[in-house]
Amino acid sequence: MGRDVLLIEDEPNIIEAIRFVLSRDGWNVQTHSDGRGAYDRVVDLRPDVVILDVMLPERSGFDILRDIRAGKETAALPVLVLTAKGQSKDREMAESLGASRFMTKPFSNNEVLATVRDLAGP
Amino acid sequence: MIPFNILVAVCVVYVAGLFLVAFVAERRAANGRSSWLRSPLVYTLSLSVYCTAWTFYGAVGYAARSGLEFLTIYLGPTLVLVGWWWALRKLVRIGKTQRITSVADLISSRYGKSNTLGVIVTLLAVVGTTPYIALQLQSVTLSFSVFAESDTLGWAPMDLNATSLWVAAGLALFTVLFGTRNLDANEQHHGVVTAIAVEAVVKLVALLAVGIFVVWGVAGGVEGMMDRIASSPLAQTRFAGGRWAGLTFLSAAAVLTLPRMFQVLVVENADERHLATASWAFPLYLFLMSLFVVPIAVVGLASQPAGANPDLFVLTVPLSLGQEGLATLAFLGGFSSATSMVIVAAIALSTMVSNHIVMPLWLSWQSAGATVSGDVRRVVLGARRVSIGGVLVLGYLYYRLTGGSEALAAIGLISFAGVAQVLPALLGGIFWRGATKRGAVAGLVTGFAIWAYALFLPSFGAGGVMSAALLADGPWGIDWLRPQGLFGFAGMDPLIHAMFWSLLLNTFFFFAVSLSGFPSPLERLQGAQFVNVFEHSSGAHGWVHGAAEAEDLLMMSQRILGPEKAQGLFQREAVAQGKVGYLPDTTPAFLERLERELAGSVGAATSHAMVGQIVGRSSVSVEDLMAVADETAQMMEYSSQLEAKSEELSRTARQLREANEKLTELSVQKDAFLSQISHELRTPMTSIRAFSEILMDGRTLSEAEFSRYSSIIHEEAIRLTRLLDDLLDLSVLENGQVSLNRQPGNLRDLIDRAVAATGSLDGAGRLKINRARAAEDLALLTDTDRLSQVFINIIANAQKYCNAAEPELRIRARRTGQGIVVDFIDNGSGIPKKSQSIIFEKFSRLSDRNAAGGAGLGLAICKEIMQNLGGDIAYLPGQGGAAFRVRLPMTEAQAA
Repeated sequence: MGRDVLLIEDEPNIIEAIRFVLSRDGWNVQTHSDGRGAYDRVVDLRPDVVILDVMLPERSGFDILRDIRAGKETAALPVLVLTAKGQSKDREMAESLGASRFMTKPFSNNEVLATVRDLAGP
Repeated sequence: MIPFNILVAVCVVYVAGLFLVAFVAERRAANGRSSWLRSPLVYTLSLSVYCTAWTFYGAVGYAARSGLEFLTIYLGPTLVLVGWWWALRKLVRIGKTQRITSVADLISSRYGKSNTLGVIVTLLAVVGTTPYIALQLQSVTLSFSVFAESDTLGWAPMDLNATSLWVAAGLALFTVLFGTRNLDANEQHHGVVTAIAVEAVVKLVALLAVGIFVVWGVAGGVEGMMDRIASSPLAQTRFAGGRWAGLTFLSAAAVLTLPRMFQVLVVENADERHLATASWAFPLYLFLMSLFVVPIAVVGLASQPAGANPDLFVLTVPLSLGQEGLATLAFLGGFSSATSMVIVAAIALSTMVSNHIVMPLWLSWQSAGATVSGDVRRVVLGARRVSIGGVLVLGYLYYRLTGGSEALAAIGLISFAGVAQVLPALLGGIFWRGATKRGAVAGLVTGFAIWAYALFLPSFGAGGVMSAALLADGPWGIDWLRPQGLFGFAGMDPLIHAMFWSLLLNTFFFFAVSLSGFPSPLERLQGAQFVNVFEHSSGAHGWVHGAAEAEDLLMMSQRILGPEKAQGLFQREAVAQGKVGYLPDTTPAFLERLERELAGSVGAATSHAMVGQIVGRSSVSVEDLMAVADETAQMMEYSSQLEAKSEELSRTARQLREANEKLTELSVQKDAFLSQISHELRTPMTSIRAFSEILMDGRTLSEAEFSRYSSIIHEEAIRLTRLLDDLLDLSVLENGQVSLNRQPGNLRDLIDRAVAATGSLDGAGRLKINRARAAEDLALLTDTDRLSQVFINIIANAQKYCNAAEPELRIRARRTGQGIVVDFIDNGSGIPKKSQSIIFEKFSRLSDRNAAGGAGLGLAICKEIMQNLGGDIAYLPGQGGAAFRVRLPMTEAQAA
């Protein structure tokens, strides 16, 4: 299959866990662990799915999401927002900014996998 | 000769005529057609009540005995009216503004409304006037006797005592009928004044007629008269300067102080401007009265038998010359003089007695309710009538006791000297604000006592009241206390002697006692109103009741009650009075209601003072002013309380606002904090869950994978625990609930322990610790565990963040004046300037979390610990690398 997932996340252990789960399912996982340059990375890579953390160094995931939705080529890109800030206002914020899905940490591996599959489409 | 019964009939007809005049005058006054009655002419003529039978008959006798000395009796009043016109005006103005009813009332009112003084002056007036009334009885009796002696119908020799008793009774009846027919609100007696004016004309005409008869009928003209005067014994009379001055002074004082003079001059005055006319017209009247005194005396001395009473020359001269009609006219003149004096004096005295003695006694006997019932008027009238009777009884008794022996003029002068005692208190009262009640009492009592002792009591004659021995040798033989030779001043004229000592000591004590004390507030205020009467009152006319006043009241009420309420109140009142519009009559009832209404808004005292000021009926008393001041003070206090309260309120509001802002800020902080904590907790939990699911899902993992994922779960579990520990620790420290365990220690040992705990023992770790151990040897008395926790944190931070190739941490300790300072300086790149201010905040992790391995609470905890220890921890900029300075206060540094 070889479809691409871009994981934008700064916590190394979480990156490792998600990479393991998705790779095992055949996904090609790219990572970016900084807010800065994340959007450029999205534009360059044109992944099938973006997994986006909110609390990132230098630039928040919401700002990156806004850029993605504003970009002509990236506007329709499926984005799964992950956040450890489990408050409802974060969910609302994510949805209003155009997140495709929203999940709270800690998450279920299977759920993340299913969501990525679902977002990537057939 | 005129039969005695015809003479009596003439008297009765004359009195009936007077009564008719008085009645008509009252009627006209009641109907408001009193203009001519209240003319300056009537006022001036009413002043002639000064000229009594003493002046009518006695002046001639006086001239026959002492030459021109009788003129002093006219000189005094003339001087007062001409030269002291303005003082009289002041007296009249005070009388009007203060609604004075008598001289006793004036003195009492001036000195703080003291009834004690009212009683004293009343007694003085009664005692001083009694001889005078006796004098009138004597003169009328004598004049009757003149006719009786010449009566051929068997009436003579008539009983003089019985005659005088009938005269006294007749006069009492006459006065009661005239003076107390009704109770006029302002104590004015229009009828009496008019009758007195008529009598004044009769007096003058009678005396002038006798005089003209004597000069032109007997002496044959002015020239013949002058010749007779020159050759008469009168020309040889000695002129005694001292006695002249004394008598002039006495008669001048009498005009001001005699109760009857005060009555006509002040109380009965209708218009202050009448005084201007009286000031020249009354002296003219006196001049005409005195014009023929000397001729009558000269002719009388020449024509009458030796030993004939010269006091009766006015009657006996025309009678002996067969001029019966003229004699009858002269008799009527004398009768007029006596009756007018008795009537006015009795009215004046009865007013004093009833107001100052009877009424206070009656009121104190009555239950409080009597004052509001209709009884009072009846009681007052009854009291006046009884007083009039009493005054005449006293006069009659005096006449009987003195045996009618004294010459008329002498009796009159005793009276003058008595009432003159009021003079210092009176003049002092209206010209000197410093005069006090105690001074007035002291002066009056002293003067009265000396007058009674030195003049009045001796006038009853040796063996009368005072024994002959006392008169001759003084009490207990003390010579200098002799009634007629006080303080060794023997040989003086008894009258001048008594007058001199009584008035001198009276005045002395009045001033001395006044100056030695302070007037009460009420005296002070009354004094000011009396002395400055021209500044306080607008005019001497009666208070104007009318629209202007009501309008002023309405304007004032609008200001207090608001236009609608005030207008409503006034309109209702006007309608109730049967008037249209908004201005009712200012009846007492309305004023009372208005005052009550206003009192609701401004307080009773203020309301009373305000209404009083506009209506002007009642002067504002000192009690009113005090009450106003009290209310004002209360209001000021209240307003200052309000001010304080409002200040307090705004302070509280500010505090509330600040607290609210703080709460809002705290709430925001709390939200952020919770959000942070959530993130910090969820992150390790995420790793733990993800890897445990990987381990759990049964798929095969390599050994390395299994081992690695297990250790990640383990690490993250530890991280989670540490985070929770830190949070709890911070919470305890922040709440100040931490219990410090202070114990002795040494700084070097603490740093040793911290370095060991971080695994940075010399050479052991990557971070090199550079110390100056000798300087670290400082004794401490502190919570050593907490302090080493701080050191461990700082050293651990240096381990994590020092980015030098060969990281080194320099630790330097020293003792200062304020305590102990420990600096931790590494050789890394340090903390960016913009971040220096936030490193002690919670979760203020600056760089990559993995390098730190903590939740970013370390420095926040350090800061809390140092604050709990009384010291602090701060970032020390400009040291090259990251530098922290820990300071311990002296209390934590044990004395070496």
